[in-house]
Amino acid sequence: MKRAALAGAALLLSTLAASAWEPTKSVEIIVPFGPGGASDQMARTMQAIIQKHGFSKESFIVVNKPAATGGEAMMEMKKSKGDPHKLITTSSTIYMTPLATKIPVSWHDFTPVAMVAQDEFGLWVNAESPIKSVSDLAKAAKEAHPPLKVGGGGSKREDELVSFGVFSELGAPISYIPYKSGGEASTQLAGNHIVVETNNPSEDVANWRAGLTRPLCVLSPKRIAYTAKVTTDMAWSDVPTCGEQGLKFTYNMLRGLFLPSGVTPEQQAYYVDLIEKVTATPEWKEYLERNALKADVRTGKDYVDFLNADEAKHKDLMAKAGFLPTN
Amino acid sequence: MENIVYLLDGFQVALSLHNLLFMLIGVLLGIVVGVLPGLGGPNGVAILLPLTFGMDPTSAIILLTSIYWGALFGGAITAVLFNIPGEPWSVATTFDGYPMAQQGRAGEALTAAFTASFVGAISGVMLITFLAPLVAKFALRFGPAEFFAVFFLTFCSFIGMGKENKAKIIVSLAFGFILAGVGIDTISGDMRMTFGVTELMSGVDFLVVVIGMFGISEILLALEEGMSFRGKNAKIDPIVVLRTWAQMPRYIFTFIRSCLAGIWLGISPGGAVAASFMGYGLAKRFSSRGERFGQGEIEGVIAPETAAHAAGTAALLPMLALGIPGSATAAVLLGGLMIWGLQPGPLLFVEQRDFVWGLIASMYLGNIVGLIVVLSTVPLFAAIMRIPFALIAPVILMMCAIGAYTVANAEFDIWLMLIFGVVGYAFKKLDYPLAPMVLALVLGDRAEDAFRQALIGSGGDLSVFWENGLVTSLMVIALALLLWGPISDGLSRLRSRRPVAAE
Amino acid sequence: MSSFEPYETESGLSRRAVECIVALLLCAVAIAVLWDSYGRGAGWDGGPQSGFFPARMAWLLLAASAVVFFQGLRAERGILVTWGQLRQVSMVLLPLTLYVLAIGYLGIYVASVFFLAGFMIAFGSFRWWTILAASVLIPVITFWVFEMQFEVPLPKGPLEAMLGF
Repeated sequence: MKRAALAGAALLLSTLAASAWEPTKSVEIIVPFGPGGASDQMARTMQAIIQKHGFSKESFIVVNKPAATGGEAMMEMKKSKGDPHKLITTSSTIYMTPLATKIPVSWHDFTPVAMVAQDEFGLWVNAESPIKSVSDLAKAAKEAHPPLKVGGGGSKREDELVSFGVFSELGAPISYIPYKSGGEASTQLAGNHIVVETNNPSEDVANWRAGLTRPLCVLSPKRIAYTAKVTTDMAWSDVPTCGEQGLKFTYNMLRGLFLPSGVTPEQQAYYVDLIEKVTATPEWKEYLERNALKADVRTGKDYVDFLNADEAKHKDLMAKAGFLPTN
Repeated sequence: MENIVYLLDGFQVALSLHNLLFMLIGVLLGIVVGVLPGLGGPNGVAILLPLTFGMDPTSAIILLTSIYWGALFGGAITAVLFNIPGEPWSVATTFDGYPMAQQGRAGEALTAAFTASFVGAISGVMLITFLAPLVAKFALRFGPAEFFAVFFLTFCSFIGMGKENKAKIIVSLAFGFILAGVGIDTISGDMRMTFGVTELMSGVDFLVVVIGMFGISEILLALEEGMSFRGKNAKIDPIVVLRTWAQMPRYIFTFIRSCLAGIWLGISPGGAVAASFMGYGLAKRFSSRGERFGQGEIEGVIAPETAAHAAGTAALLPMLALGIPGSATAAVLLGGLMIWGLQPGPLLFVEQRDFVWGLIASMYLGNIVGLIVVLSTVPLFAAIMRIPFALIAPVILMMCAIGAYTVANAEFDIWLMLIFGVVGYAFKKLDYPLAPMVLALVLGDRAEDAFRQALIGSGGDLSVFWENGLVTSLMVIALALLLWGPISDGLSRLRSRRPVAAE
Repeated sequence: MSSFEPYETESGLSRRAVECIVALLLCAVAIAVLWDSYGRGAGWDGGPQSGFFPARMAWLLLAASAVVFFQGLRAERGILVTWGQLRQVSMVLLPLTLYVLAIGYLGIYVASVFFLAGFMIAFGSFRWWTILAASVLIPVITFWVFEMQFEVPLPKGPLEAMLGF
């Protein structure tokens, strides 16, 4: 009797595996940050799209795990080996947190699903600032005393890394002022309490549209593609790249998804397929445009190659900036 | 005055039957979420966000803000009944609210808390209605030095040397500051006082400490004293609301003072937590019954609740007018706006007039609905105190554990809660004051961050704290408040000595 | 805070001892913080270093708790908490610790069933069916509210996994 049941179960399992795998209970999208941030918004947009288009019979739940700057969430993913009902959203912190804090985890402990977009970074100044180009900025930075006040979100995170990259190339000392979030830095710029800040477009677009701040240039190899007017006379595509003005340093930040390690290829394939469906919807395109994210879906080997190259770049940059713990 | 016309249009939008229904549902859900510690505020709103996908933006935001109002009201319930603040800004409410409940005056304390929240929130909404653009610009003037000055001011208004043992006050204060510093330092990125424990990297969450120190320790004390809550014999009084309202006019100055302090901190933006402490501190200092605060004084409930809600509401203003989230909850609401396809920011008032004024109108209505709902449940909540201790105590402990977990979805936090429960028990037995510690824990790291940000910008020059009119006047007011206590004490001592000398 | 007169004849932990022990523990905390802060740098390097404020606070804590310690030595003899009271408290504290431990293995719902039942048996005088009903129903309702209505995942264990959650 027992054996028959087991055989039945095995048969059932094998037929299930043969046909496409589907989630059997609700799926957690783990966001390694608090509610309200850029990663959180991306996860919730995905959740909304999946729900609205009925891409899955099971519900998708967004769970914020901000503990240990995302380290906790990554450790949990590492422990949930083989659990196909957990996804984690990532940004550059997936390399930076383990490198900076020596938490014993890295993306190699996860199953890559897909990269969904690349986030741009820009240099922003107050709308009334006399700084109009990278050379103005270099001049201002060299003349400033005390050193130029540059703001950003967090210490030894991507914003400071970008500031380091830009100003070490310009050869000028700065005072980097870390704020709790990019949004706070943007407000401080609008109030003229700092001179420049580095930020994602989404963190600054509101103040730009209100005529409080202005993008100097974007740190991407190419201009942002969106041509719809954001302010009365400018579109994202009108913002020059820093490269056009002679700055070699570029920086983009991935936004992607991972599963825990030890999941089956069918399970991985299900999520790859789901992400492809989600990223093809008009709502997703709208979301990308609103946040000026660069559409860049990569899966499979493409994604892994990207991760390897990007990780090496971060390691190098962090070492130069002195962000790696010495002991 | 065109604002009034827009507002009337807004009321038409908000007053539709189906939006009123959403308000009611939202408030009820919000109370449930607010009562569960750890779930209120940003987490609660984020959890219920998916409910609103596919609704039209106006109804969606009405539902969400109503959840917010409900959660704000709900936070006071557990603070008063069980000494467990459901929200960080309910901590100051426990100081007098819980003693009142122990004296069997839970109904009165709840009524006072709810009414005060309502008054505070409405004063915040009025500010948004009439002064939005003006005030929004003012918020931009706050740089790191000004932020530090605001925190310093809050601190000075609250810390007058109490009657407790001076050394113990200092212990409590220093301990709070140290706890606030645990984890990754915002400014340097260094790991501070984690002693190699990964879980401590993001610091000790304020709510976890408070749930342990106030909630768990209270149950331990109750056990020691014979397994019952002291407010057990509370009479259920159907007209408690009316009786409490009858004494409200007496506290008109407390209301006004707290509204002003709250609005000020909401837009500056020091936040609702700072506002609640400042409201309490100011009332204690300037009220004629200030001496008796902490022993169940109704004014001690009104003051922090009014200030916290004035600030919480006023904090929505920078969100609407500038697209700057004034609080974590506002950040979630902002995220919601974007999902519904609205771009928050200064142009929202121009481009989405219907939406904005519908929202503002719903703030008035949502609070009215909320007040009616919570007041009608006061006798019900007061009756919770009559449930046998052996049943309610483990349920509270379970809710504390859930609350501690949901703050950051981390199991380690449940352990922290337990440890702080024991610490709180020891501190209470030995008469260490807890309030200075809580205040230092909330404001400590923010004040430190602001201080260091200001100095990085000035290249280490301390004169940044008196370089312009705004920051200088804040610092002067703060110092005046700090010195007010000792000076007025000295004066009254002189005065009381004089007649003796004359004899 | 609480009144001890009725218990004066009972024996227990003296106030003096507890005051001194707590003060010493606080001193230990202060010293640990000082060690940690000076290890990273607690000076003023164009503005306060990351250890500056914690170190100053730790000195303050050390000084104040030393004062408390000496005040404690001179405190009058008196019982702070009797053995009987302490037994009551530990009767909750120990199960509570076990409960938190069990959450990690059984999940919060199953652990709560045992905790609720244990508490009600130990401290109440309920009929067995009240205990059974309360200790099962309350976690089930909690499960329904958190997992199904609000979709907030709380720690779950093998039982929930078996049931497919």
